[in-house]
Amino acid sequence: MDIFLQQLINGLVLGSVYALVALGYTMVYGILELINFAHGEITMMGAMVALSVIGALALAAPGLPGVLVLASGLVVAIPVCVALGLLIERVAYRPLRHAPRLAPLITAIGVSIILQNVAMLIWGKQYIPFPAILPQGRHTLYGASITDVQIAILLLATGIMLLLILMVQKTRLGRAMRATAQSRQVASLMGVDVNRVIAATFAIGSALAAVAGVMVSAYYGLAHYYMGFLLGLKAFSAAVLGGIGNLGGAMLGGLLLGLIESFGAGYIGDLTGGFLGSNYQDVFAFFVLIAVLVFRPSGLLGARVVERA
Amino acid sequence: MTGQRLAWVMAAAMLVAGCGDKPQQNGDSQVVLIGQASPLTGPQAHLGKDNENGARMALDEINAAGLTLGGKKVVLEMRSEDDAADPKTATTVAQKLVDEGVVGVIGHLNSGATIPASKIYFDNGIPQISPSATAVAYTASGFKTAFRVMTNDAQQGIVLGDYAVTKLGAKRIAIIDDRTAYGQGLADEVEKAAKAAGGDVVAREYTSDRSTDFMAILTSIKGKSPDLVFFGGMDPQAAPMIKQMKQLGMKAKFLGGDGAQTPNFIELAGAAAEGAMASNPGLPLDAMPGGSAFKAKFEAKYGQIQNYSPYAYDAMHVLIAAMKRADSSDPAKYLAELPKTDYQGVTGHIRFDVKGDLAGGAVTLYQVKNGKWQTLETVQSGK
Repeated sequence: MDIFLQQLINGLVLGSVYALVALGYTMVYGILELINFAHGEITMMGAMVALSVIGALALAAPGLPGVLVLASGLVVAIPVCVALGLLIERVAYRPLRHAPRLAPLITAIGVSIILQNVAMLIWGKQYIPFPAILPQGRHTLYGASITDVQIAILLLATGIMLLLILMVQKTRLGRAMRATAQSRQVASLMGVDVNRVIAATFAIGSALAAVAGVMVSAYYGLAHYYMGFLLGLKAFSAAVLGGIGNLGGAMLGGLLLGLIESFGAGYIGDLTGGFLGSNYQDVFAFFVLIAVLVFRPSGLLGARVVERA
Repeated sequence: MTGQRLAWVMAAAMLVAGCGDKPQQNGDSQVVLIGQASPLTGPQAHLGKDNENGARMALDEINAAGLTLGGKKVVLEMRSEDDAADPKTATTVAQKLVDEGVVGVIGHLNSGATIPASKIYFDNGIPQISPSATAVAYTASGFKTAFRVMTNDAQQGIVLGDYAVTKLGAKRIAIIDDRTAYGQGLADEVEKAAKAAGGDVVAREYTSDRSTDFMAILTSIKGKSPDLVFFGGMDPQAAPMIKQMKQLGMKAKFLGGDGAQTPNFIELAGAAAEGAMASNPGLPLDAMPGGSAFKAKFEAKYGQIQNYSPYAYDAMHVLIAAMKRADSSDPAKYLAELPKTDYQGVTGHIRFDVKGDLAGGAVTLYQVKNGKWQTLETVQSGK
């Protein structure tokens, strides 16, 4: 039971990070039908920028409480990522908005490679350690342990997702986003500034990515210029699993993927009597993804195209 | 038709250029190319750069001292290539080095990259000395061009598995590897040796050399309450792994191989590194015959030693020493001299056995105490 609960916690924490990144993919796809492959790299950039700020602050003012240092890292990382997201949209995607859909996909991959290399030039090829500034508290819950950092990730991710849903459903910008997702042309005829809405979508997605990047580096205690690639791929799979273009789908897909990975890696060896081991962790996750897509090609929640945002 | 014609034109051009690849003459001194291959990008770039620097330092010294082969003054030049720790890239890079006309290669760093590359060097008769590949398979293929100046996994694994059971008193052992030729090879040897010493392997789990999340497999391992967790892999995985063990409240000891015994491991794992143990083939730097002198020279030039640079440095010296004995940089001639190597290097006394493995290599065990790797003891391998 304690093992089960522990894997549940592991999966939920991992899944909520996937969900945050997946939201960025799904929002852009919902509006532009573009898979922004540079999104994983924006996550990485968020982690790197925050880490530089945190590292500098931890050196300059060692007495500062860890949470405050982390917050200042976020405060710098979010605007940097938002600016980066807007810049990428302006330079790499907007000029190609009416080009065949393959073209922006290729520029997306190009931007992703450029960002990786820029990060490598700025921060070097080494893994960068996350300074030990956060409370290392650990709580035991029916034999399973959960750390303060894990609790913070769960709460923060849930809070952000609720805010996002509220924003999309209740605000003017949210309504404009939903309208643009349904039909860019009609929305613009109704007086929606489509370019602004698209820019706002990139900005919000990038801000989420920055938060996710900081979470990942705080959780695992390191950051690296290559970290965005695998994270982006997993988050993209999560978005597809949930139904790309659907906000709820991205959240569900992220959580599911985290749980599948966690339980898959944890139990597959014992369930198959050692025939399949944890080396099949990723295979297991992608097998579930394929199985879902075979029966529901548009993902778990992706059927109602009209309502995507 | 055009393809065929192009091929003829190219063949003719190569004839005119004298095959292009021959080392060029430079005044009255001859330039001889030595290859170096290691990951210069990616997660292990810090280790790859370290190897490159070690080899370069030896090369610079030899050049400064002056080298004469077959009555001609020789200037050595290094061609350093990035294999990205990837087996496929390694073969491309190996072919590139061969095409450039190198007469010998120091490399590669990872076993996974070294093994496929060794076939290309063998096919072209180019001697290769790996400073750090430890997988048994590297020299097991019988390529007479393949050498290493590093204790291999079988030697190291036997020492580690035996040490875990007999010296650390671990009865229940969990083993994780990163599915690379190095990690898996080492973990397999540890498993065998631990069982032979009377230990019980309660879990065998796997990860990859790009993962940072081990919570799921560690949780599963925790459920089997092991006394010790062994990880076969490199520091970018070992560091978050030990952090996550602490997060899960695991009390088991942590033991790693040479991939984890790096300054980077402590830097990345922070306070969680305390108490972790890992081995490194050979002697600790300060117990090496030429350790302190090497350290002073190296750090003045390139900064902190990561791990294998003394071995890359020795490998280069061993290679050139064989050329000196043969009085030729022709691979066909000096290759016969390499098995006769009897060289007193920075890392110790270097001789090769029939397979090209380092004869009687030592394995040293270390533990992190007060944020530093402290030597536990050195164990001689060899049965």
